[in-house]
Amino acid sequence: MSTFAAAASTTSTGEAFQFWVLAVVAVLGALGTVLSKKTVHSALCLAGTMIILAVFYLAQGAYFLGVVQIVVYTGAIMMLFLFVVMLVGITAADSLKETLKGQRWLAAGCGLGFGILLIAGIGNASLDTFAGLGQANAGGNVEGLARLIFTKYVWAFEITGALLITAVVGAMVLTHRERTEERSTQRELSIARVRAGTQVPPLPAPGVYARHNAVDVPGLLPDGTTSDLSVSATLRDRGQIRDVSNEALADLAELEQRSESWLERSAPEVTAPEEASK
Amino acid sequence: MNPVNYLYLAALLFTIGAAGVLIRRNAIIVFMCVELMLNACNLAFVTFSRMHGNLDGQIIAFFTMVVAAAEVVVGLAIIVTMFRSRHSASVDDANLMKL
Repeated sequence: MSTFAAAASTTSTGEAFQFWVLAVVAVLGALGTVLSKKTVHSALCLAGTMIILAVFYLAQGAYFLGVVQIVVYTGAIMMLFLFVVMLVGITAADSLKETLKGQRWLAAGCGLGFGILLIAGIGNASLDTFAGLGQANAGGNVEGLARLIFTKYVWAFEITGALLITAVVGAMVLTHRERTEERSTQRELSIARVRAGTQVPPLPAPGVYARHNAVDVPGLLPDGTTSDLSVSATLRDRGQIRDVSNEALADLAELEQRSESWLERSAPEVTAPEEASK
Repeated sequence: MNPVNYLYLAALLFTIGAAGVLIRRNAIIVFMCVELMLNACNLAFVTFSRMHGNLDGQIIAFFTMVVAAAEVVVGLAIIVTMFRSRHSASVDDANLMKL
């Protein structure tokens, strides 16, 4: 093994095999990020691509960066993305209507041209040999990085601290909301409820059917109609109330019909065409 | 295989990310594509570090990661604030300053 060789021109076969397998997956993940209709799928595709990049870092002798990539990118940044997707993106449907005519095709053309430019540029550079990190990593990758960070790049490293503090303060300022009035206590709320007199007891519980106890199924009132009050106000505002009363009635009717045909109370040739027409 | 293939992969990923920024209009997905571009740059830096046989490229990739983390925090906070004020994460809806 030529660890301390000055220059080499090929990597090991194992690394080449790993590259060709994982590079395909990485590109597929990147395409999935761009083309997925749902934001969550995009985030997961991107997380997969990032993990593969971490493997590439490890294969290229950047051991510290490989671990940091997994911890920081897939661990922290992608989880932050998923948090925001849960907070924002699920209900925010991405409209697929083009607002600018032909913008998508122009963008794809620009991307293609840019890619050809980049790849042709790399192809024209004379990069036949590479030095390899054997010598630089001889005293340990982390030690080598630490030596550089705390000598040559110490100023940039200190500026990084200022940047992180600024980012934290900025995020807090941006997402903080000042309350304009005092939050009403439980006691005040109960007094107000009795004063108003419209709904003094607790609201009815959702979903009292035998087969549906989900929170988006409204409960039944004694007269058989559904009570919208039994569904959470958020779901009501979104219009996500699932009315299954007709479904339950249809199920019941079907059950009765089947039991009747089982008991041969009605002629089977009457029920058969009905079932065929369903 | 020559490590220059890693550079080709980085260029491809960067291009896909750039096209995604231009094509998609959901702010969160646009932001993810920016992250993809940053990652592609990091891969190129790590490969350059290996080609030149010193660790400076890895240091720059490390600083890129730090800046990306700070950028994600602020960017996602901006997206959340935008969503709160106009109930949409589409970049087309942010046209308050349009005449």
